[in-house]
Amino acid sequence: MREIIIISGKGGTGKTSLTGAFAHLAADKIICDLDVDAPDLHLLLQPTKERLEEFYVGHEAEIDAEKCDGCGLCATMCQFGAIRENGAGFAVDPVRCEGCKVCVAFCPAAAIRFPERHCGHWYVSATRFGPLVHAQLFPGAENSGRLVMVLKQQARELAKARGVDLVLCDGAPGIGCPVISSLSGAHLAVAVTEPTPSGRHDLERVAALCRHFQTALAVIINKYDLNPDETARIEVFCHDESYPVLAQLPHDPLVTTAMIQGLVVTELPESDFSRELGQAWSRIEELAGLGR
Amino acid sequence: MIVAIASGKGGTGKTTVAASLATIWAGEVLGVDLDVEEPNLHLFLRPAIAGSEMAHMTVPTVAEAQCTYCGACSELCQFKAISVFNQVIITFPEMCHGCGGCIAICPEKALSAGQRELGEISWGQAGGVGFLAGRLRIGEAMSPPLMRRVKARLDQMLAATGGDAIIDAPPGVSCPAVNAVMDSDVILLVTEPTPFGVYDFQLAWEAFTPLGKPMGAVINRAGLGNDAIYRFCQEKGLPILAEIPYDRAIAEAYARGRIIATVSTGLKAIFVSLRDQIRDLAQPNRSREAAHA
Amino acid sequence: MNRIAVTSEGPSLDDQVDPRFGRAAGFVVVDLETMDTQYIDNGQSQVMAQGAGIQAAELVARAGVSCLLTGSVGPKAFQALSAAGIKVGQNLEGLTVRAAVERFKNNQVEIAQAANRAGR
Repeated sequence: MREIIIISGKGGTGKTSLTGAFAHLAADKIICDLDVDAPDLHLLLQPTKERLEEFYVGHEAEIDAEKCDGCGLCATMCQFGAIRENGAGFAVDPVRCEGCKVCVAFCPAAAIRFPERHCGHWYVSATRFGPLVHAQLFPGAENSGRLVMVLKQQARELAKARGVDLVLCDGAPGIGCPVISSLSGAHLAVAVTEPTPSGRHDLERVAALCRHFQTALAVIINKYDLNPDETARIEVFCHDESYPVLAQLPHDPLVTTAMIQGLVVTELPESDFSRELGQAWSRIEELAGLGR
Repeated sequence: MIVAIASGKGGTGKTTVAASLATIWAGEVLGVDLDVEEPNLHLFLRPAIAGSEMAHMTVPTVAEAQCTYCGACSELCQFKAISVFNQVIITFPEMCHGCGGCIAICPEKALSAGQRELGEISWGQAGGVGFLAGRLRIGEAMSPPLMRRVKARLDQMLAATGGDAIIDAPPGVSCPAVNAVMDSDVILLVTEPTPFGVYDFQLAWEAFTPLGKPMGAVINRAGLGNDAIYRFCQEKGLPILAEIPYDRAIAEAYARGRIIATVSTGLKAIFVSLRDQIRDLAQPNRSREAAHA
Repeated sequence: MNRIAVTSEGPSLDDQVDPRFGRAAGFVVVDLETMDTQYIDNGQSQVMAQGAGIQAAELVARAGVSCLLTGSVGPKAFQALSAAGIKVGQNLEGLTVRAAVERFKNNQVEIAQAANRAGR
């Protein structure tokens, strides 16, 4: 079984649009949307939810106003500025609460509860391209990467149960906890970049992250014709670091056209873009050792 | 006044808008890059860096001679950053959230403050625009601790200059994005009128509305996609403060590192108008007084 | 007294080795001389947001074992187990607990010098 994750560093380079197309092109796979913060793959795949699970992670502090005697020790000790005085005593701001339990442990009046935090939902769904494991964090919730790990585990178990040899994941932008969790156990990361100063800068950082966690990396340059000079610089970077460049895709409004129709770009009539994308997918299968 | 430029979806144009606004701003202004995972603002503002420092957070250090292995620290820690079992005490500094609980609860005073490197904070000047940015160390999982330290320096700098700040926030709607916008005076949500843009914009609206700040929208790449975003903004009473047209020439200028407000007089006018509308949104009483004066 | 722990999908010697450590269902603790067993449920580690491997290491360490047999451990769990002086044998998934123990008794298990799984 192989796990392939599509990442980017910079947001908006086309991860989700390309992952959707790869989900169409790949034979047997379990699809996974690991961008649990702002998931978009479902907008292309129109999943039918078959299973819904609650996601709880960590805890948050709640001050019982009746037991609180207003000593303020909690506010003094809180390192996250989460406890403020209101008219009636002290109250915890759930947006700032880190769930560290310090206030709970030190409150002389034992006035602080510490319930589990309900952070979102996750789903196993059916789509026209196969099963999709996905989630939605409640807006504003903490994104430690735990939900990402839950989804990966589910996708792997589903792959094992159905004898499927590929888990294909849409990743999150950035280099923080969710991306780090996404890389865990992945056989290949494919970074989608764009030939802009931000695109190259962020590619270098996400590549350094992959190196740090010893994840194999290949690159796709999207919208390459926006700046051929920058595209050439990215090629040089990839060559120097031995990252295979799988494709150079032109900037094509077809991607948005497909998105608006709720389709992936390879479902539209064939184009230069879709042909180049098909070749990129074959190279990915080869690199990942999928033997197809 | 602190203006936070945020979005749900990545790549909609936060940095583009932040750099352009800072460049045409009237009065003292500081461009602040709080997208510490992938900071890009410096690529457009091109500041001369005057200084930088490594930022650290407090993690526990054990003086094992004093430790009785009572396990109170391990029992309290919600993040498994300190673990006690048998006659062993072991710390995992990368898991620590810096709450200080273990250090405070230790009955033997065997724990003291050690450090974990978070990343780098740098500051400088880009022509008339001040500059402040955080850059997360590769492998550091959490951005909020570094963001808090950048914000602390921001407060110091604003206290000294008395000007405004424009914050380039990270994408998304979870802890890093919330951290970037929660101490601002006004939030600008940048989006594109595509299905992904609209969906993530709705998430951002849900995430940030409880913060109770005045919010406005900027539609980038207007003309691409459909009109669902306009209907949503109207439904929620969210003012659209600017529209930047979808234009390949703009995309190519951006791809060359140009600040969009400097590309044409038409584009500059869009950002000048945006600046004035942000001021009105943040301080509506002041503009009403000015109108009556 | 020579006791070892094996990650397990169930409480008996005939259950399958659980390939995971931190989020394993539980641990079968085996007395190598008598082959008596004791089962430690690992539910409390499974619910943790992070650090399940460290929590599991604490549980296993308190059971007083000299070795842990499993499929994979991550680097932090490995560090914790090593700090407790517990040897680690990896790559034993696909076997029953009994078969894993027999291999250990026959010196067929390689003692790991490092975690065989990347961290997160």
